[in-house]
Amino acid sequence: MNNPDERKPGGDRDWSVVVEDGVAKTNDPVSSAVAEPEATTRRHEPHEPPREHLPERLYESRAVVHNKRIDGPFRRFKWLVMVVTLAIYYVTPWIRWDRGPYAPDQAVLVDLANRRFYMFGIEIWPHEFYYVAGLLIMAGMGLFLVTSAVGRAWCGYACPQTVWTDLFQHIDRFVDGDRNARHRLDAAPWTWGKVFRRASKWTIYLLIGLATGGAWILYFADAPTLFRDFFAGTADPIAYITVAVLTLTTVTLGGFMREQVCIYMCPWPRIQTAMMDEQSLLVTYKDWRGEPRGSVKKAQKNPGQFGDCIDCQQCVQVCPTGIDIREGPQIGCITCALCIDACDRVMKDIGRPRGLIDYATLEDCEREAAGETPKSPWRTLLRPRTIAYFLIWAGIGGAMLFALGVRSHTELTVAPDRNPPFMLLSDGSVRNAYTLKLRNMESRPREMEIAVEGLPGAVMWTETINRTAAASTQTVSVPADLVRQVRAYVAVPAGVTSQEFTFRVTSLDEQRESDTVQTRFDAPESEQ
Amino acid sequence: MANKRIDEPTGTETVGHEWDGIEELNTPLPRWWLWTFYLTIIFSIGYVIAYPAWPMIDRATVGVLEWSSRGQLAKEMSAADQARASVREQLARVPIERLPEDSALMQQAVAGGAAAFRVNCVQCHGSGAAGSQDLGYPNLNDDDWLWGGDLRAIEYTLVHGIRESDHPETRFSIMPPYEGVFDSAQLDSLVDHVLSLSGNAETNAVGTQLYADNCAACHGPAGSGNRELGAPTLNDAIWLRGSSREAIRRQILQPRMGMMPKWEGRLDPVTIKMLAAYVHSLGGGEDFIEVAEDPEVEVDEQP
Repeated sequence: MNNPDERKPGGDRDWSVVVEDGVAKTNDPVSSAVAEPEATTRRHEPHEPPREHLPERLYESRAVVHNKRIDGPFRRFKWLVMVVTLAIYYVTPWIRWDRGPYAPDQAVLVDLANRRFYMFGIEIWPHEFYYVAGLLIMAGMGLFLVTSAVGRAWCGYACPQTVWTDLFQHIDRFVDGDRNARHRLDAAPWTWGKVFRRASKWTIYLLIGLATGGAWILYFADAPTLFRDFFAGTADPIAYITVAVLTLTTVTLGGFMREQVCIYMCPWPRIQTAMMDEQSLLVTYKDWRGEPRGSVKKAQKNPGQFGDCIDCQQCVQVCPTGIDIREGPQIGCITCALCIDACDRVMKDIGRPRGLIDYATLEDCEREAAGETPKSPWRTLLRPRTIAYFLIWAGIGGAMLFALGVRSHTELTVAPDRNPPFMLLSDGSVRNAYTLKLRNMESRPREMEIAVEGLPGAVMWTETINRTAAASTQTVSVPADLVRQVRAYVAVPAGVTSQEFTFRVTSLDEQRESDTVQTRFDAPESEQ
Repeated sequence: MANKRIDEPTGTETVGHEWDGIEELNTPLPRWWLWTFYLTIIFSIGYVIAYPAWPMIDRATVGVLEWSSRGQLAKEMSAADQARASVREQLARVPIERLPEDSALMQQAVAGGAAAFRVNCVQCHGSGAAGSQDLGYPNLNDDDWLWGGDLRAIEYTLVHGIRESDHPETRFSIMPPYEGVFDSAQLDSLVDHVLSLSGNAETNAVGTQLYADNCAACHGPAGSGNRELGAPTLNDAIWLRGSSREAIRRQILQPRMGMMPKWEGRLDPVTIKMLAAYVHSLGGGEDFIEVAEDPEVEVDEQP
């Protein structure tokens, strides 16, 4: 698609400058950090002559980002996070966890077919999904905590989009060379050499995508079996479809869209802007120290007239989202701190103090600009907001762990028959029928005793226990890790009235877990 | 028309509208977004061609795929029927005496029977199978059976019906009307005796004699009934047509006898088998005496 009104270089007008009311205004982006304060209030007045028309643009054309290689403490930290997160992703499905003969031995398994979620020693049933909800709330609170403490650290280091984009950018560098070589190759005509390079690069993209999707499905079935079946071609079609979809999304999002995802698609940057305050750590360009920019030579000629920034563009070149941090905080900045590494290195080379671009809070920036000493970054972490977030986060986690620790693995639900509510038997006794659901959440079959309590003279039998064996307690066996439905018939001798009573289920093992449900016994109203 | 300019503080172009000095910044979306938008348009064209889209007077246009929600339902129903076929085949092979041995198959039969019951039986026996005392439809949940409550007896009743006209195999019996046979005092004595069988009244010599002469042949000397004849048990707590003196007197003078249609020919044998299993499962079902005594029940393996 062509953009008909794209500004053409060498057109009949120099669009980089607009003269208005005798004031030259620039079309180039201006940092809010350097704009004149009164510029914000200077608006077009109705009496002023109409302004120049600018050409309509249907879309914002994308500037390809080829970030330059850089080394430094933050880059190394990023490497570490990448290795750790990818290791967690790829290794987790292969960890084994012995749960006995009746349950899978995979440490982390989302068993959708049997509706069970295993995570090491924890097993979640569908009716306990609130634990997963709690986990998601914890994840949300954790993001709030991290954001209010260290800004967009999630975006910069741990977000899968960032990790995979980083990975793909390393592939670019490995195949095509560093920033300049990649720009040159982009502009080069399609020779066989370029075709070969592109083909090999995209093949690697595809392999990474396959590995990503391939690992994802291992969380949903026994990993070694599925892995074998997958390559033998006997796995479920849904496995192949999932891998295909995830390969496609990985290659598209990580290989081609990259920073576009962060800037246009992800809601998190928008939410984060509301989470940050003056005390959040941000990657900041210290404009009071850097401006006005000037080369080392200029600064030597006119000492005192120029700031520390020598306008070497290193911070822009290493940026994985292609922004200029010197324009101030912006939505495109994922705070990966690679520009800090780049700037520190330049400052070291030219013998100026490090930290022209650095992690700093807005408050500290003001303090520093006024000539005071800034607070230590560690002290900025401990403040009411971060502590409150942490307490909420830890509170939810603690409450969930407590609930998981004390939850019973034996549960009972009772549904009385309502039509007919009671049944007269030939000997004059009254029978009620109930559907009992006995939940055995242990991964071994268990005997369970059902007892009728608080109903004098009541006897019970079930669809499998004959009426001749009717008694006030009955024992049934419940298969491992399953719900057993039992139809219980409770009969009380003639003369009974409607009343409440209790079903109690007790596991007949050393745990002797029990659960009670109160329900109603219906009887015909007496004649009197 | 529009006055576009660059907003100096943000370096962003305005859309050109101005109202009271308030302007809107123009931040165009990226090209891939525009492409996605065009793709949705192309997709919608394809959708309109392939699927029902334009509403007409009685129905929407038929897409080239000729998909319809009714058609999909029919397809899914026939798939479900096919899935049930194997269960039905198994049920057809297993004689009903052997059905309880296979608890999985029994469960399937009960579930299928419950569905068939809701269609064919609830009209008289009620949705909870509790019957109706006013109309004389028997309660199927209790442990009192007129013609027998084991699986085979229930199946026989279902197949051949009760008092089905012109059907030689149907269950048939008749209680003669005693209108004009007894005088009022005799009738009262008889009613007293009948109620005394279940301990609800004092018996008396006249009533005992009348009962022995007229009723005991079918209902038994102690009122325990006779399933061969479908004669109701009189010495239990369950009364098909009411336990009041008035109800009993009426039943002696002008007995009403229920009729159940035969289901042979209306329902296939497998459905009847499933219905028998369901009725048996309602709580009053009886075991086979025969199976207990003689486990060598002949099993016909042919469908």
